[in-house]
Amino acid sequence: MINIINFLSNLAMPLIILIIVIYGVIEKKEVFDKFIEGAKDGIKIVINIFPTLIGLFLAVGTLRSSGVIDIVIKILDPLLKIVNFPTEIMPLALLRPISGSSSIAVATDIMKNFGVDSQIGIMAAVIMGATETTLYTIAVYSSSVKIKKTRFVLIASLTADIVGIVTSIIVCRFLS
Amino acid sequence: MLNLVWPIFIIISFSYAIFSGNLQNLNSSIFDSVESAVNLSITMLGTMCLWSGIINVATNTNIMKIMNKMLKPIIRFLFPEIRENKKAQNEISMNMVANILGLGNAATPLGLKAMETLQEENKNKKELSNSMIMLIVINTASIQIIPTTIIAIRSSLGAENPTSIIVPVWIATICAAIVGITVTKLLIKYSNKREKI
Repeated sequence: MINIINFLSNLAMPLIILIIVIYGVIEKKEVFDKFIEGAKDGIKIVINIFPTLIGLFLAVGTLRSSGVIDIVIKILDPLLKIVNFPTEIMPLALLRPISGSSSIAVATDIMKNFGVDSQIGIMAAVIMGATETTLYTIAVYSSSVKIKKTRFVLIASLTADIVGIVTSIIVCRFLS
Repeated sequence: MLNLVWPIFIIISFSYAIFSGNLQNLNSSIFDSVESAVNLSITMLGTMCLWSGIINVATNTNIMKIMNKMLKPIIRFLFPEIRENKKAQNEISMNMVANILGLGNAATPLGLKAMETLQEENKNKKELSNSMIMLIVINTASIQIIPTTIIAIRSSLGAENPTSIIVPVWIATICAAIVGITVTKLLIKYSNKREKI
């Protein structure tokens, strides 16, 4: 089972790249020109996010080194022990729905601190991949049509988030 | 949001470090964090450019059209109230395709366009309609075929196998999406019933 999961994970990216390139060739597109054109956008994405990352890595790094994160973890620990939730992940779970770039900073911080291939490090990565900045998305989408009455959208999407986080933790525990 | 969160973080951690006499740690971590942001961005650059390039090849072929077609039945199931509205269906499906391919920058404008189209036929303009709620829930579920950013971070931190998280991410996202959609459908049913009474 674990072998199959690893195999599929490794297969996914090469297979998709292969399919896309073959498709481009069949449809007689200038595949390499299009690739270069798109790769330039990649630079823009990274440059745009860079200043944000500096600011947030600073905030999260100093929260960790000053000992504030440890205090928060100590306070939450007894509560989270009851439901068997890994406390180290909690800062990420709390920030993830609010801000994308600060959760990148927190996740990177966790992966660095506990090891990128440790169970906690993998959990942080899977949670990042499986969830979205829910509150931010709701705010952007509702305000775009100037609606303040959002009915049950918050309950529905936060339930999905919690399920995403819990499933990530369960899957990672199963895998290691 | 960050205008609120960021200063709080800085104030709490800096003042706590100063009062607890942790100054040396604080100083070294200031420069450490800035440096790791630089390192991450540089290593991320490779993965991001590679993926953006590949996706740009895809958007120039008929792959998007094929995906749109494949999504049609799913959209009909998720948005029963807009069966007649082809324009809204199209925008929603393009938004979903962009999300699946990880084109966050393209997905949001498409989604917002779909919101506008849905608002046109919304009966109560001050409240989100059922279809709008479903669209938002799907967008918060982040169904993505390759979680590029997190793979880039893992490879920049020297993970043995950066892509090994792909299937676990799929499992977790799909569970989250199924629950999110089910909860939304149930709440729509419940609120429809209440309106009839």
